[in-house]
Amino acid sequence: MPHDQHDHDHDHHGTSPSGHPYRHDNDEALTYWQRMEIAVRELLIEKGVTTAAEIAAQIDLMDSRSPANGAAVVARAWTDPAFKQRLLANAGDASREMGFDIGPLHLIAVENTADTHNLIVCTLCSCYPRNLLGLPPDWYKTRAYRSRAVREPRAVLTEFGVDVPQDSTIRVHDSTADMRYIVLPARPAGTENLSVEELAAWVTRDCMIGTALPRAPQVVSTGA
Amino acid sequence: MEGHDFALWEKRVDALMVLCSSKGHFTVDGLRRALEDMGADAFEKHSYYERWIAAVNQNLIEDGVYTLEELATRMDEVAARGATYGEAAHG
Repeated sequence: MPHDQHDHDHDHHGTSPSGHPYRHDNDEALTYWQRMEIAVRELLIEKGVTTAAEIAAQIDLMDSRSPANGAAVVARAWTDPAFKQRLLANAGDASREMGFDIGPLHLIAVENTADTHNLIVCTLCSCYPRNLLGLPPDWYKTRAYRSRAVREPRAVLTEFGVDVPQDSTIRVHDSTADMRYIVLPARPAGTENLSVEELAAWVTRDCMIGTALPRAPQVVSTGA
Repeated sequence: MEGHDFALWEKRVDALMVLCSSKGHFTVDGLRRALEDMGADAFEKHSYYERWIAAVNQNLIEDGVYTLEELATRMDEVAARGATYGEAAHG
């Protein structure tokens, strides 16, 4: 598994005397690539290609995207058959209908059914339905996932705790630069009386990648 | 391997990629070509956003947005500002 250099972030174990985990700020030794980022950004601003405000707004937009967006789309599809039809016909337009900015991408929703399970991957790099899910998790970008998802999807799914019956079909969808997929999981039995908002809480990020199934929200005890 | 907080410089690389792509300075295919040209060992040696800033830079130079000389000069200036990202980026 490729070892991203930011893994060093996790080498700082322990907590401060006040009990807070140590946290990085912008005070580590400047790397070659950071120098390049600063230089490229400054040149782009000076050449009038972009502005500091535009870059900040783009980061703000990226930070605001989360799997909750995708979960809202899935929950709506579970409760509104006409919407589900529109979603399966054109996921981009259906998501835009709910106010989500999808950009110029083709977005395709693939539906899990009783006999078909869908899994998404980007074998070349890290294409991902980020407009609905935010940035991809680290494992999605690893060479191990990108290669094994297409070669041995059943084994990969088992490692994620998803056991697809042998007589079911697994469809693996390889994302491209302009075509992104999102999995529409099957609505779990026993959720007939839940509201759209309650249903959305069952839909996790991994459900929409295909590496998990919807499940009742876990009650998380909040620590200090 | 769960998600981690991205550093500011990484988010900036992401923003530059999206903005320059939406303004037509390159396509995602152009970025991928640059990534693949780096060779297999780039995927071992460099982190995700390190590879992306290299690909963005390569495409911007090819598009004529700035020259290699301008980049080199600016990277030297940046290095002279201080030893940390915070100092070199002016905060």
